[in-house]
Amino acid sequence: MEGGGEDEMNKNVMCLLTDPDGTALGAPMYLPQNVGPLQLQQLVNKLLNNEEKLPYAFYISDHELVVELGSYLEKNKVSVEKVLRIVYQPQAVFRIRPVNRCSATISGHTEAVLSVVFSPDGRQLASGSGDTTVRLWDLNTQTPLHTCTGHKNWVLCIAWSPDCKHLVSGSKAGELQCWDPLTGKPSGNSLIGHKKWITGISWEPVHLKAPCRRFVSSSKDGDARIWDVSLRKCVMCLSGHTLAVTCVKWGGDGMIYTGSQDCTIKVWETSQGKLIRELKGHGHWVNSLALSTEYVLRTGAFDHTGKHYSSPEEMQEVAQQRYNKMKGNGPERLVSGSDDFTMILWEPAISKHPKARMTGHQQLVNHVYFSPDGQWVASASFDKSVKLWNGITGKFVAAFRGHVGPVYQISWSADSRLLLSGSKDSTLKVWDIRTQKLKQDLPGHADEVFAVDWSPDGEKVASGGRDRVLKLWM
Amino acid sequence: MPQGDYIDLHRKRHGYRHDHFERKRKKEAREVHKQSAIAQKALGIKGKMFAKKRYAEKALMKKTLAMHEESSSRRKVDDEVHEGALPAYLLDRETTTRAKVLSNTIKQKRKEKAGKWEVPLPKVRPVAEDEMFRVIRSGKRKTKQWKRMVTKATFVGPSFTRKPPKYERFIRPTGLRFTKAHVTHPELKCTFNLEIIGVKKNPNGQMYTSLGVITKGTIIEVNVSELGLVTPAGKVVWGKYAQVTNNPENDGCINGVLLV
Repeated sequence: MEGGGEDEMNKNVMCLLTDPDGTALGAPMYLPQNVGPLQLQQLVNKLLNNEEKLPYAFYISDHELVVELGSYLEKNKVSVEKVLRIVYQPQAVFRIRPVNRCSATISGHTEAVLSVVFSPDGRQLASGSGDTTVRLWDLNTQTPLHTCTGHKNWVLCIAWSPDCKHLVSGSKAGELQCWDPLTGKPSGNSLIGHKKWITGISWEPVHLKAPCRRFVSSSKDGDARIWDVSLRKCVMCLSGHTLAVTCVKWGGDGMIYTGSQDCTIKVWETSQGKLIRELKGHGHWVNSLALSTEYVLRTGAFDHTGKHYSSPEEMQEVAQQRYNKMKGNGPERLVSGSDDFTMILWEPAISKHPKARMTGHQQLVNHVYFSPDGQWVASASFDKSVKLWNGITGKFVAAFRGHVGPVYQISWSADSRLLLSGSKDSTLKVWDIRTQKLKQDLPGHADEVFAVDWSPDGEKVASGGRDRVLKLWM
Repeated sequence: MPQGDYIDLHRKRHGYRHDHFERKRKKEAREVHKQSAIAQKALGIKGKMFAKKRYAEKALMKKTLAMHEESSSRRKVDDEVHEGALPAYLLDRETTTRAKVLSNTIKQKRKEKAGKWEVPLPKVRPVAEDEMFRVIRSGKRKTKQWKRMVTKATFVGPSFTRKPPKYERFIRPTGLRFTKAHVTHPELKCTFNLEIIGVKKNPNGQMYTSLGVITKGTIIEVNVSELGLVTPAGKVVWGKYAQVTNNPENDGCINGVLLV
């Protein structure tokens, strides 16, 4: 006997619950038409034998299920003859409050603020600027804490080590400087090796090696260098790109991905610095790379509970656990955004051919970012829109329009429910993923917004731009 | 045989003098002092020419020294910190479009501020001050010349009272005062005789605007209540701008085109 007809109430529908990768949870079962997301949540928790009730979101063919099954079926005219596949997605247990007001405007930089990054535990904030200084800010009093001078030209990139012990900044002069974030003093001389400006810095994940020692930097001169902070020198030079390397990411499985202006992405292995793969597919510069496990690699062993660990081994273990949970069974996914207005989803461990091409933008894609749970990919483009894509299949989900100038950078909240975008039109906008609408508009900057970051504990948002002030939003 | 050749011949036959090289060296050493003495003592045109030549040699020597010094130390090409810092993702991109947009917005703002709007006569021949005013001599001996009389059509308004004649600098003769203008509606193509409310702008200068002088190209405000125009909100329009299209001082009347 097949499933019940639509015209009769209280009929049953044959449903199959599957997880995002496609594996089925239990056998197909009959469910009455008046079940809603809450009941389905209880069902999933029971079937998975979870001790605590975890929240889930349910999707039927990529549309979220918010009402009860019956009304959904009627509205969308889904056939009840076939088994209905309901995909459940675990949501973050904690819920981040959307930021809605500027809590502080801190001036201090004498030139445009070029990059703003929170530390992985969310306690410290660092910003690099065109006045060649890196400044550390106190989040409790919202005042400047330390000013780190030493660079010869604009500070373009900064990166925290995943264990929060080191802060590295790269400048337009091609030098890198390592700082001690607690005192603000440089730990040693600057690291010289690159001949042109630094475009990106990425640390080695803490689950691969703790304490954190190595990081990779990419530069306009076409090569990426792996540095060791304890040895204070360059241990490896990954050359091969013919034009500037625009973006570098250290993957969770120990491979380094570099995207370049020569339209290719190269995958390197880290023990000897050899090229493993070359991913070709773009027609113009590769602007930005994003890994599905990026957020977990960035935060290391820290999560929303704010627990601190004493020994590096403990940190490594916890980070490894978090990484495994995040990665699941599938391979690591990589998304690259390019000047040819498209993005490509790759699975570099499996093949060197693109898995999916994400088209739709009308101008170049400047920044791509995976959500912390890996389910979504957001892309910021110069066509004033932010687009949301499915993180696993690469299918288009929604476009967020609202900005009146090119969107420069985006940042996710730690629970993957909110997305923040900063643009040339001097506003920041917070978008809600569930309703796919604008949640909050944050005006206030006097000029273009160059860098935005959401703290990993979800409390604060920091943004900086051409007007030389750092704004904290709560 | 020429004189110098004897010297050469002797040298070929007997070699150099025994003290030749020493004397040469010492003479060259004294040259420096000699040149210095000449440079200090030479006067007049001779001195100037000598100084010029010496300066050219000095500059050349400095350049060669600097050139030699340069090669010994290696330095990076651009060391200065420039203005206008940009993040890494914007560094290789041109920002000329932005500058263009900015200049366009500035131009637009300036236009709005200046209050320029589309008019039928955008450009008019400028009227010089001596054409606009005639000098009136006053005083017992008729030597004072600070009074001026306007020779063009003017509008003074109904509540106008002259300043005390002893103190008025600009005289607006009643013969040249007008209250009404013949204004043509550009779409309806018919002309109405409408009262002037005021002079909005005279293109020759704001002084003329404040005096109320009406020349060709002046924007005046006219009373259009008899036309029966209504705004979209429902309010009745009773004043509109018009631009003068003739020379009123020559014709004796003011003709204009309504600005819609």
